[in-house]
Amino acid sequence: MPSADASLGDQVAAGLPAPTRIAGRLDDESRRWMDELGGTGPPRDEALGRLHDLLLRVARAEVARRRGRHPITGPELDDLAHQAADDALVAIVAKLSGFRGESRFTTWAYKFAVLEVSSKLGRHFWQRPTASIDVADWERLPDRFGVTPDDHAQRLELIGAVRRVVSEQLTPHQRQVFVALVVDDVPLDALVISMGSSRNAIYKTMFDARRKLRAALVANGYLGASATKGATGGLSMEEQG
Amino acid sequence: MSGWAELDEFLSTDPRDVGCDEALRLLHVYVDLVVDDKSKVEAARRYAGIAAHLRACGPCREDFEGLLRAVATRGNETDPDERP
Repeated sequence: MPSADASLGDQVAAGLPAPTRIAGRLDDESRRWMDELGGTGPPRDEALGRLHDLLLRVARAEVARRRGRHPITGPELDDLAHQAADDALVAIVAKLSGFRGESRFTTWAYKFAVLEVSSKLGRHFWQRPTASIDVADWERLPDRFGVTPDDHAQRLELIGAVRRVVSEQLTPHQRQVFVALVVDDVPLDALVISMGSSRNAIYKTMFDARRKLRAALVANGYLGASATKGATGGLSMEEQG
Repeated sequence: MSGWAELDEFLSTDPRDVGCDEALRLLHVYVDLVVDDKSKVEAARRYAGIAAHLRACGPCREDFEGLLRAVATRGNETDPDERP
């Protein structure tokens, strides 16, 4: 699961602007949560119970919101929400001292539940009997980019051009990631699990692959030359090596 | 938009994109800014690299939308399929 804590020092070091809220100036509700969770005895236990209830509601709402994008239903879905809430609570307690007040406490806490749901749904993808990589059904690629089934000429041209530059321009690792995500339609979080990698590392691999492929398709006359969007600033993917 | 144009959009990269780790590290801060300013102008101005990342990364955008919904409803949203 991605790390959910952040410090002002880390943000400055990362070239990102410091959040609006200043450490130590918590809103009243956030202050109450911190006082109660940082205390002892029955008030702390009661606060932990309330926080778990909130996290469970968030996790249940999140798995329901993602319905249709995962195959899990019924009791298994509620079990996943419970696991997400439980693990989120453990992580929050462990990282409580890392909360700097850059956001409302509840926003910070809900993030743990949402990220736990993401991570657990990624693991469940591989439990599907049809889940597989290395299938590489290139015939499906045009559907991914909205080419209709009856446009045979464009389908063949697009498959041929992309397949060629994928083969010629990408490293074996980039090719494996591209084919899994784009051709086989494996969810990124599921690929993270199967490759024992991280979401950021897989995204960075795809980021570099996208740039290479676009440059090759431009050079071959398939795409126009306007290369990238926006201007530089902050610690970008390009600077992350 | 379809075919080459959609492929072009998919392959285009934004040099401001900060990646998943940085975006998720500050997602709670970004979401609070969006909640406080629904136009998202302030969030996108202060965190252009996160805004760029959320446009390009489906999983992180999913997490952003989930967290935004959780904050807006405080987790009280009823599953539409379970409404009477």
